[in-house]
Amino acid sequence: MKLKGWKELPPGAIVLEGGNAAEFKTGSWRAFKPVWIEENCIQCLFCWMYCPDMAIKVKDGKRAEYNYDYCKGCGICALECPGKKGQKAIVMVEEGK
Amino acid sequence: MVRVVAVTGNEAVAEALRQTNPDVCAAYPITPQTDMMQRFAAFVSNGKVDTELILVESEHSAMSACIGASAAGGRVATATSSQGLALMWEMLFIAAGTRLPIIMPVVNRALSAPLNIHGDHSDAMGARDSGWIQLWSENAQEAYDNTIQAFRIAEHMDIRLPVMVCLDGFIISHSIERVEYLEDKDVENFVGEYKSLYPLLDINKPRSYGPLILTDLYHEYKRAQHEVMTKVKEIVLAVAEEFEKITGRKYGLFESYRLEDAEIALVILNSAAGTSKDVVDEFRDRGIKAGLLKPRIFRPFPYEEIADALRHLKAVCVLDRADSFGGYGPLFAEVCSALYQVREKPLMINKIYGLGGRDFMPHHAQQVLSELVELTKTDTVEIVKEYIGVRE
Amino acid sequence: MAVELRLRELSRKEDLFTHGHRMCSGCGAPIVVKMVLFATEYPAVACSSTGCLEVSSCISLYTAWKIPWIHSAFENAAATIAGVESMYRALKRKGKITEEIKFVTFCGDGGTYDIGIQSLSGAMERGHDMLYICYDNGAYMKTGIQRSSATPLGAETTTCPAGTSIPGKTQERKNLTRIMAAHDIPYAAQASISNWLDLMKKVRKAHSIKGPKFMNILSPCNRGWRSRTDDAIMLSRLAVDTCFWPLYEVENGVTKITFKPKEKKSVVEFLKPQGRFKHLFSPENEWLIKQFQEDVDKEWERLHREASLQG
Repeated sequence: MKLKGWKELPPGAIVLEGGNAAEFKTGSWRAFKPVWIEENCIQCLFCWMYCPDMAIKVKDGKRAEYNYDYCKGCGICALECPGKKGQKAIVMVEEGK
Repeated sequence: MVRVVAVTGNEAVAEALRQTNPDVCAAYPITPQTDMMQRFAAFVSNGKVDTELILVESEHSAMSACIGASAAGGRVATATSSQGLALMWEMLFIAAGTRLPIIMPVVNRALSAPLNIHGDHSDAMGARDSGWIQLWSENAQEAYDNTIQAFRIAEHMDIRLPVMVCLDGFIISHSIERVEYLEDKDVENFVGEYKSLYPLLDINKPRSYGPLILTDLYHEYKRAQHEVMTKVKEIVLAVAEEFEKITGRKYGLFESYRLEDAEIALVILNSAAGTSKDVVDEFRDRGIKAGLLKPRIFRPFPYEEIADALRHLKAVCVLDRADSFGGYGPLFAEVCSALYQVREKPLMINKIYGLGGRDFMPHHAQQVLSELVELTKTDTVEIVKEYIGVRE
Repeated sequence: MAVELRLRELSRKEDLFTHGHRMCSGCGAPIVVKMVLFATEYPAVACSSTGCLEVSSCISLYTAWKIPWIHSAFENAAATIAGVESMYRALKRKGKITEEIKFVTFCGDGGTYDIGIQSLSGAMERGHDMLYICYDNGAYMKTGIQRSSATPLGAETTTCPAGTSIPGKTQERKNLTRIMAAHDIPYAAQASISNWLDLMKKVRKAHSIKGPKFMNILSPCNRGWRSRTDDAIMLSRLAVDTCFWPLYEVENGVTKITFKPKEKKSVVEFLKPQGRFKHLFSPENEWLIKQFQEDVDKEWERLHREASLQG
């Protein structure tokens, strides 16, 4: 990534494009990775609401796959998941396994 | 149609603020600025301005609120002195670094300790590294004129930097002088409509102000800030030219008084320059080629222009109404830096005068000019920096 | 038409605080921000004091804020947003702006309870139309876990480590929510990310009120609390169930407890999972746990008294 010269910088260090942090992928931070087990999912959407990194995709009001580009592997979703009949719909596995 | 009035410096600046009608002002009382914003508050209460006046709980909050308001996108001003300026010190750098065109009359007053409410330049001199443009005013007329021009300079699209307009506490702020006011319409037309740049209140284009910048970009941001400062002189002169057209009063980067053919000269800021000019005349009447240079813009400091104006002199005394403990007076240091680049330069001495409102009298200027005359004979500087007007 | 406070409906809203921010894995603060912004039905302009959230959400040429946002310094978020809000009022009066815009701050306990209390108090007193959100993680976390007046009794921080002479923080925690309520502002409340609906209802209520509003939201920090990256919600829930962090609101001087735990748990359940309280479980420090429980009970009783007096 080429660093900008002083002439290319915005005045007053203002960041002119709101929300461009999305260009920075934090998924590489993970040591553990959440895996969604759809059969056990009751679609409560708690995982989506509790995720600090907005890493759970929701389509038409239904929970979909993880956005692994940003998931930091904190495990909040897995811990909070109520699951179905005692079976969690999210489990944490070691990254790279 | 010009209005000729008898007003104090504070009144005159308050009038300038009324005529420029900022969108938001913050105010916190501090002697000797207090009555400036009191008068302005009366304008607000009587509907003479459209300003939202925020009566903040400290000067730090005054500058913080001004930063928020300016970033939001509108014309902003506040005023302070001494300890107030010192309290908002960190915010001054932030305002300049964020490139926000905030206008602030500073009624110059000594800094504690000891506590002193009277006029000297230590407050604004202490802020000289902050990135603010500094305009200095000899009298109420200049304070009024500088305040109006400050809006044009600050808000210029190539500049967008905050401007501080300095005037001596009590000596100018509280003394009644003859001042010529412009018509409201003329000031309105002169300052024009405020043009915002990346306003926060433009909710369709969300921007973030105040990021964390690390070692990889900070140096570049400051280089960019330095670059903007290099464009200020030109704009100051252009605005002054336009101002002359509507007032007949000429302003430059500094005032040269009988300097062209002078052999000795004083370099001095603000009201004491007025006192000194009379003494220069006295010396001229006696056949001594005395002159005076009164800087108007201290930041950015016009090094080349001042060096040019002073290079031909035999001896110069720079008088500072502020001290830098352990160093030379701030104005002296700048003037010496300017002249350093010149091969043949005058002898230079530094006098510290008038601290804490100690009067600067004609006989002090006489004393200094006489010393300069002696200096041209001996051609050696024995004491570079000295306090004058002090009881031993 | 306001979006219904149901997860399904809320999930259709745009993320106004984006991923790609640099907050630690499992941090409570981005959850606070996202919940507040989801509950906000108007365009908003936000302000943060220097702190974890601020440096991690806007760094270099990136920003996670999809709404206009400003950071100026540490102690002055309230004064800064007061300036923005004042400019809004000025321009609205002049007809230059017509939209309804809400002004929200997101500040840590450091920039709120301590260094920021002056500007907060000033802004609240002046009556600016703004909502001040404090994400309370109980210490100066950005600089590496130093004690603030929001740090709970007995907690270990780097500036009040649990040593042989002094067992962590020996001062009581400042009750800022009560101080803010005592400013007689129209609305002051406490909320928790574990009770998202309660939190969002409070935000909605706050936005419907004109004037200065304050909300204190517990924000677990697994680094500073020495807990696990996955327990931010669990610890928030325990904080609420032990009544360490009661959920209540004070609207126009009337106190209402908005959540009463089915079973009031012992504070030990809140303290045990956190490494910063580990030393309290040695026999010589047990008195601190006792004191902690007494303080929690005293405040819980006080809230009940206040709520019943005004009911």
